[in-house]
Amino acid sequence: MATQHSRAAARFMISPAVILLLGWMLIPLIMTLWFSFQRYNLLMPGQGGFVGWENYYFFFTDPAFVSAIVNTLMLVLGVLIITVVGGILLAILLDQPMWGQGIVRILVIAPFFVMPTVSALVWKNMFFNPVNGLFAHLFKAIGLQPFDFLAQAPLASIICIVAWGWLPFATLILLTAMQSLDSEQLEAAEMDGASALAKFFYIVLPHLSRAITVVILIQTIFLLSVFAEILVTTSGGPGDASTNLTYLIYKQSLLQYDVGLGSAGGVIAIILANIVAIFLMRMIGKNLDI
Amino acid sequence: MARAVTNQRKSINTLIAWAIGFLIFFPILWTILTSFKTEAEAIASPPSFLFFHWNLDAYHEVQERSNYFLHFWNSVVISLGSTLVGLAIAIPAAWSMAFVPAKRTKDVLMWMLSTKMLPPVGVLIPIYLIFRDTGLLDTRIGLVIVMTLINLPIIIWMLFTYFREIPGEILEAARMDGATLRDEIIHVLTPMAVPGIASTLLLNVILSWNEAFWTLNLTAAKAAPLTAFIASYSSPEGLFYAKLSAASTMAIAPILILGWFSQKQLVRGLTFGAVK
Repeated sequence: MATQHSRAAARFMISPAVILLLGWMLIPLIMTLWFSFQRYNLLMPGQGGFVGWENYYFFFTDPAFVSAIVNTLMLVLGVLIITVVGGILLAILLDQPMWGQGIVRILVIAPFFVMPTVSALVWKNMFFNPVNGLFAHLFKAIGLQPFDFLAQAPLASIICIVAWGWLPFATLILLTAMQSLDSEQLEAAEMDGASALAKFFYIVLPHLSRAITVVILIQTIFLLSVFAEILVTTSGGPGDASTNLTYLIYKQSLLQYDVGLGSAGGVIAIILANIVAIFLMRMIGKNLDI
Repeated sequence: MARAVTNQRKSINTLIAWAIGFLIFFPILWTILTSFKTEAEAIASPPSFLFFHWNLDAYHEVQERSNYFLHFWNSVVISLGSTLVGLAIAIPAAWSMAFVPAKRTKDVLMWMLSTKMLPPVGVLIPIYLIFRDTGLLDTRIGLVIVMTLINLPIIIWMLFTYFREIPGEILEAARMDGATLRDEIIHVLTPMAVPGIASTLLLNVILSWNEAFWTLNLTAAKAAPLTAFIASYSSPEGLFYAKLSAASTMAIAPILILGWFSQKQLVRGLTFGAVK
């Protein structure tokens, strides 16, 4: 069906997108790679030059690097556990017959549409604040000492804030998958006397496994880059207690103006994200039949 | 009997689901309620839930003390602008891949998606320096460019999955009936493509509106959209809860409303067709 003519036209139609994305990918990537081998500090112009692996050496031996990696992993894992477990439970709940299902779904999904800076500031000030926050009032009411969440448990607090925003995403996708589950299968299991737990582990969970994998992979890509929530709540502190890799690179490059060091970090972040991306791309590729 | 049991179960489900839904929604509800309080009531202990002096003072003050509508307008221009430019580039591309697939179409699609996997912080420095040297820092144009590029893969993917559902035979049928190319585009293709394009537009406006890495790093004052404007409430203004709430409510309200219309597209757009 496709003639020579239409193929040429197709190539012409697709080329702007390809050229733009190619430029967007290659130019900054090559620049980051190049800078990562240079001594380049915006505060010290004229002191440039090739320094080999020095930036990488400094980046890896910086004590902040190890804690940033640990924090990044904790943040990703913490949010994943909360959102996946919570998402499965919520998806099962929302799939049950009830009154006003549409409204409940709207309530549950809403946090996904709240911009990160708003959710972070609302949680920080109106809930976590040790004097006027809602939790402080609650603690006082039941006779407990108020707790300064962001000072004493900064990473856990940030995990809560981020998880609140991503729980709707996991729920929505798992609910979509849940709705494609054949109800006859469940009824048959019920007739055979399967318990609720058995039904969950042998029917529901295997059916959801693909959707769970997709949720994990997509969220991981985004969670590796959590930034705004940290910037407006703790600025990575106290100390480095809530600095993840993204925030560390931001600090080194845009606050300390060390372009070389920041670029070395950037290369490492790209490599880390790519490890996850390979698995995600494979899953998506399998599902795409052309 | 059986019916009574189902109804009882249904009641319990309803109760639990509503309670959990309310809890998850509560921070948003609390923000909206607080925005109608006075500053004193906003920090009163114990806090009052509904019985306070409802007023709009906080909204007035937010606009008076900071040019709120400038930032609102920046958000509109950046999110809508980048989505429209993105659509203009993506529609032909998705169109040709959906209707004239070549051997390498799948590879091209996967490659486009892979650019989305690039962590923004990995390319922050080059983009920042390029923007500094070309005077694009803190301009709306600059952000429209960046937002277009970061959302282009999602736009192309979403459009591709929608266009593929349009049966190609219908075009041949129209041609057989003597339709000209112009008729074909106006009367056959456009009506079938519009819903998909609209969904794509909706989801991408939402994503760009809430994007908070590039907006925070590439804007200062002039071109700052709401994400960056709200960040300036970090401290100490954040302690004025009523004003923080008013600014936050105005920032999230439009997207909450749009978002509720886009639940289905959200799954499709963000999973790249991997979950249906």
